[in-house]
Amino acid sequence: MSTPYNVAQVRSDFPILSRQINGRRLAYLDSGASTQRPRAVIDAVDYYETQLHSNVHRGVHTLSQLATDAFEAARERVRRYINATSTREIIFVRGTTEAINLIAQVWGGVTLQAGDEIIVSALEHHANLVPWQMACAARGATLRIAPIDADGQLQLDQFLAMLGPRTRMVAMTHVSNVMGSVLPVQAICAAARERGIATLIDGAQAVAHETVDVRALGCDFYAFSSHKLYGPTGIGVLYGREALLEALPPWQGGGDMIRTVSYQSATWNDLPYKFEAGTPHISGAIGLAAAMDYVESLGLKAIAAHEHALLQRATAALLQVPGITLQGTAADKGAVLSFTLAGVHPHDLGTILDHEGVAIRAGHHCAMPLMDLLGVPATARATFGCYNDNEDVDQLVRAVVRAREVFG
Amino acid sequence: MELNELYREVILDHNRHPRNFGRLDPADALANGHNPLCGDKLTVTLRMDGDAISDLKFDGNGCAISVASASMMSEAVKGRPRAEVDALFDRVHALLTQADAPSDATLFRSDGIGKLAALSGVREFPARVKCASLCWHTLNAALANLQGAAPSPISTE
Ligand SMILES: Cc1ncc(COP(=O)(O)O)c(C=O)c1O
Repeated sequence: MSTPYNVAQVRSDFPILSRQINGRRLAYLDSGASTQRPRAVIDAVDYYETQLHSNVHRGVHTLSQLATDAFEAARERVRRYINATSTREIIFVRGTTEAINLIAQVWGGVTLQAGDEIIVSALEHHANLVPWQMACAARGATLRIAPIDADGQLQLDQFLAMLGPRTRMVAMTHVSNVMGSVLPVQAICAAARERGIATLIDGAQAVAHETVDVRALGCDFYAFSSHKLYGPTGIGVLYGREALLEALPPWQGGGDMIRTVSYQSATWNDLPYKFEAGTPHISGAIGLAAAMDYVESLGLKAIAAHEHALLQRATAALLQVPGITLQGTAADKGAVLSFTLAGVHPHDLGTILDHEGVAIRAGHHCAMPLMDLLGVPATARATFGCYNDNEDVDQLVRAVVRAREVFG
Repeated sequence: MELNELYREVILDHNRHPRNFGRLDPADALANGHNPLCGDKLTVTLRMDGDAISDLKFDGNGCAISVASASMMSEAVKGRPRAEVDALFDRVHALLTQADAPSDATLFRSDGIGKLAALSGVREFPARVKCASLCWHTLNAALANLQGAAPSPISTE
């Protein structure tokens, strides 16, 4: 028997949740943009900064060794979290955006030829769209957009029909940051691999909400950010299958990524260091590892079930408010609730909700083409995390009702 | 910081019933404004009579603050010579951004444009200042286009 999910206990782990906003209780419903940090992460970073800090992979002195050990232990922690085969497959980067740019530039640079095709979905965040536009422009390749249905789910059949002899890469989000749809990543990757097509999955909105097993998913590359997983900003992960990473040239040049250097040339370090030029975000990696410990101590299944219950409560309550339209109604949906309210622009909604202590995101969510497709300038978006409770949902709904009153 | 200082009745009214909404065709100048942060887009068209703005219309899609600000601006600048429009722009800008700018309507009322003072609540909501100023920047761009400069979209980001 597992113990019931104790959200009050979880909330007490997050110091920021006890502060007030505009004199009101904070209902933090913007975890999709960035999650808050539990005490365990703050403490792990603090311990590193006060007891372990030095540069890594460099000195023989004790602190350098301690810092290196902690940094490499974090890499192993990440490997276990996503079930990668080896730590050689775990590249620390600044975040999802940098991970995707790395692959678009390095992989794209050696792979793409004029006339080749890359497929992304209509749901993509700019981070998984613009780097591919740039890679295509640089190489004369074509970017194709796999369509979604009215609920916001990928149209799998149409996507499969788009895979052709010139398709080189399928780059798709795991969970849509706007519509919440959970894409059938396993089927997508299996179809691509059968045809010798590479796959990159943008896991930014997935890793904090469900168990991610990169081997079970069958993807070649997987990208995510620490700050959406209860960890620090400025650090994220690029996972890549070892054979693929091994075959790629390095990205940035500098310290750490080299084996030997002469004035005229250099040879490259092994994986993963080949892709980690310069001093890394050591405390970030350590904080991320602590965040993964924390999330697993709660249990990803338990978190997912809790968030799903919140999503259902919020969905049902908002649908009672006249003028509400939900953006994103896929059967398989993550902890994302986008909506619009007739007669109230999302930006005004955001301000009024903030005034009531409710933090949501209002805007295009870095998905301008998707906004055009949906025919809205912007949406309001509530996203849920492990610490949200029924009161957060009720506060949201009351604030939305209040916004209707203000605009009467 | 109270909501009703931002969403004053005048602002809600101009949002619900924007004045001078639409496009002049033909127009002497046109400019597009865009606030990428929130997706607000608006187009200003105007006609000149000598040095004065004889007519002005705007259209587009935006939040209540940006629509109301554009609507009030359209009323305030019609019939005014450019020098007065420039002076008004400076005062609205100060009203939106400077804590000690005169926010009482008297200053504006002396010009017969007291309504614009309703925007003074915006400065308590820094995230919204760009919403209120978008129309003014777009108007400036339209006036600049009169000089025969190539029209360029104006962005408040
Ligand atoms: C689906 C998705 N991809 C990519 C990103 C970009 O993440 P980051 O800004 O941390 O690089 C985000 C974050 O907003 C996201 O939601």
